[in-house]
Amino acid sequence: MVYAKRIDGRDWTELRPMSAKVGVIDNAHGSATFSMGKTVAFAAVYGPRELYPKFLQDPKKGLLRCHYNMMPFSGAGERVRPGPSRRSREISLVMANALLPVMDMTQFPNAVVDVFVEFTQTDAGSRCAGICAAALALADAGLTMKDLVTAVAVGKIDDKFVVDLNYEEDSYKEAEAADVPVAVLPNSGKISLLQMDGIIEPEELPKLLELAREATKKIYEVQKKALLKKFEVDVS
Amino acid sequence: MTTLLVKEKDIVVPGQQLATGLDYVPGMGTYREGEYIFAARVGFLQIEGRMLKLIPLAGRYLPKRNDLIIARVIDVSMSYWRLDINSAYSAMLNIKDATSDYVPKGADLTQMLTFGEYIVTKIINVTPQFLIDLTMKDPGLRKLPEGRMLSVSSVKVPRIIGKKGSMVSMIKNATNCQIVVGQNGWIWLYGNDPVKELIACKAIAKIDAEAHTSGLTERIKTFLEKETGAPVEIPREIESMEYEG
Amino acid sequence: MRNHILSILDKGMRLDGRKKDEYRDVIKVEYGVAGLAEGSAKVTMGKTEVVAGVKMEVMEPFSDTPNEGVIMVGEELLPLSNPEFEAGPPSVEAIELSRVVDRGIRESHALDLKQMCITPGEKVWGVSIDICPINDAGNLFDASALAAVAALKNTVFPSYDGKKVDYKKMTTKKLPLKELPISVTVCKIGKHFIVDPLSEEQKVADARLTVASTEKGMLCALQKGGIEPVTLEDIKCMVDIGLEKAKSLRKLLGGTK
Repeated sequence: MVYAKRIDGRDWTELRPMSAKVGVIDNAHGSATFSMGKTVAFAAVYGPRELYPKFLQDPKKGLLRCHYNMMPFSGAGERVRPGPSRRSREISLVMANALLPVMDMTQFPNAVVDVFVEFTQTDAGSRCAGICAAALALADAGLTMKDLVTAVAVGKIDDKFVVDLNYEEDSYKEAEAADVPVAVLPNSGKISLLQMDGIIEPEELPKLLELAREATKKIYEVQKKALLKKFEVDVS
Repeated sequence: MTTLLVKEKDIVVPGQQLATGLDYVPGMGTYREGEYIFAARVGFLQIEGRMLKLIPLAGRYLPKRNDLIIARVIDVSMSYWRLDINSAYSAMLNIKDATSDYVPKGADLTQMLTFGEYIVTKIINVTPQFLIDLTMKDPGLRKLPEGRMLSVSSVKVPRIIGKKGSMVSMIKNATNCQIVVGQNGWIWLYGNDPVKELIACKAIAKIDAEAHTSGLTERIKTFLEKETGAPVEIPREIESMEYEG
Repeated sequence: MRNHILSILDKGMRLDGRKKDEYRDVIKVEYGVAGLAEGSAKVTMGKTEVVAGVKMEVMEPFSDTPNEGVIMVGEELLPLSNPEFEAGPPSVEAIELSRVVDRGIRESHALDLKQMCITPGEKVWGVSIDICPINDAGNLFDASALAAVAALKNTVFPSYDGKKVDYKKMTTKKLPLKELPISVTVCKIGKHFIVDPLSEEQKVADARLTVASTEKGMLCALQKGGIEPVTLEDIKCMVDIGLEKAKSLRKLLGGTK
C-alpha cells in the first residue's frame, strides 16, 4: 500500500479547515467568500438584471450564468493567463447546472442572474469551493431558493477513499488516483454536479458518493452559520 | 405530531426546516414538501396563526402596478423615454403619459428629460413579461432636481418609510432635508447643509443595516440626536410593530 | 448629480464628509493574501478593495536589454467588482490602469533589474504583477498602484536549479527592491481638487492627474486623464497635492525591506 497516510496528515474523511463569510463585496447584490484549505473563492451575484444580447432572453424564465475565473497568481505553479479558457468555460457551465436545481428562475422571465466566482488561491477543489461560495452569494442576494448547494471533491488514492483532496493528492503520481467533485443538495441528498477523472471500480462510486454526502453536511453547517452571522448586528 | 423547529423572529436560510407535521401552513417565502415546511429564501420568520411566512431581508425590486418609484433616463427616442428603475427590467415613459401639453411630432424630447436625469414616477402597467409603463401625470410626480441618490434593497423600503412615513419624517425633521423614497429602493436626498445631509444618509444606511432588528426607531432617534446635537421627536404616528413583535 | 457634488465642495466638504485632500479613513495594506503566489497584497481604501499578486518565471530577456529582468503589469477589471465592468478582453480603461501602474514601477527603478539577470542574453527573471479589484468604490488608480508595490515588497524568489523553477520550494530571497513609487490621483471638479475620489466623484470629474513619485519626492510617472484640459497652475497645484499626499501613503508601506 503506497498511500498509507494522507500527505497533510488528515484523516481519510476529514475536510480541510473551512471558513465562510457573507456580504463581502459591497457593489454586488449578494456576495460571499468560501475557503477550503488553501483554496479561496469569492463569489458575487449581480441580478436579476437585463440580459443582452436579446436573443438569449427566455420569456418563460430567467437565465443563471456562472463565470469561473482563477486570478493569474492564484495557483502554486506558473501564472495563469487571464481570460476564459476551455477549462474555465466548462467549469462555469457545470457550476451553473449544479446551482440551478435549487433556484426559482420563473420569477424573472427574460432576465439574467450573473454569478462571478474568482479565486485568489487555488489548491484543488476550486469548483467545489466556488459552488459553496456561489450558493451563499445567491442566498445573500435574497433570491428564492429551495435549498443551499454544497460541494466537495471525494476520491480514491491507491486503495484509500479520501474526502476533499488537496492539490498534492489531486496530482498524486505514485499510485492510481481518482478525483470526483460532487455537489449535493442538502435536503434531498440529490446530486447536481458529478465529474470524475481517474480510475475506479463501478461499485466504488456509490461508496464515494455516500462519503460526499456525509462530508457536505459539515459544509452546510459552515454555510448556514455564515449566512446568519451577517445579521448579527451590534445594537448596543 | 406537529413541531415548530424554529421560533418567531428567527432568521432562517434557504432549505432550512421550519416545521414538521400538517398543522402549519406554508406562507410567503416557504414551501411544503411531505411532512416538512422549508424556507425558500433567507428571511425573518413571522407566524400568523397557523401560517409561517418569511419577511425577505434582501432582494432586487420586482415592479408592481401603482408603485411610486424613482427612475433614471437611459434612452430617449422619438416618442418615449426608457428608464432604469433599479430592477431587472427597464420601463417606458410615453409622451402621452409624461405631459398633457401638446408635443409636436419630432420634437426633441431631451429638452424635457434627458440622459441621466431622475424622476419620481408611478408604474401604471406591468405585463407578465415585465413590459412596464410609467406616468408623470399624478400630483407629486416630477423631475428631481440636483441632489444625492442612495440605493438600498427594496425590501428595506418599508422600514425606511416607517408607519405612515414616521421614520422618514423623523429624519427629514431632524436634518432639514428633502427626501424622496422610491419603492424600488432608490432614495433622493437634498439638504442645504451638507453636514446634515450626510447625517440623513448615515441614518438611512443604519436603517438599511439594522432593518431586521427591534427597537430601531428609538435607536435612530438617539443616533439623530447625537449627530445633530438637538432633541428629536418621533412623529405621532408610531411606526408599525410589523417586524418588531 | 455633478452640481450637487460641486455645491457641497463649495462648502468645503465631500459627499462622505471628508475634506478635499483627505483619503478615506479605512485604508490598509495586508500582505500575503494570495498565499500561493510568490508575493501578494490587498489594499483597502474605504469600500474599494484591490488584490495584487506576483508570479515569477525564468524567461529570455528582451534583445535590447539582454542583462535585465522583465516586469509585466496587468490589471483585470473583474465584473465581480463592479456591475459596470463586463467580462471579455481588457477594456481600454483596464489597459490604461495597467500601464500607469507599470510606468510608476518601471520609471522609478523600483526593481534593480540587473540583479534579476541569470545568464545575460539567455535567462532572466520575469516578474508578472496582476491586479484584481474585489470591490470598486472609486480610485482604482491609487489602490492598484499601492497594491502592486506592496505585492512586490512581499515577493520571494521560487527556487531555480538552472533548468526549472520549482514553485513548491520558495527561497527566502526577496526581490531587489530599491524604491517604492507611490501614486496619488488628483481629480479636478469645477475649481476644486480632490484626492481619493468616490465612484460618484470620479464620474463627474473634469480631469484627473495621477502623480507617481519616489521617496525623495521626484516625479516618476504622470498621467493626465479626463476630457477637460488643465492649466499650468492646475498642474502645479495637482502635483503639489500628489507629492504631499504620497508621504502619508508611503508610511503605510514602511521601507523597501
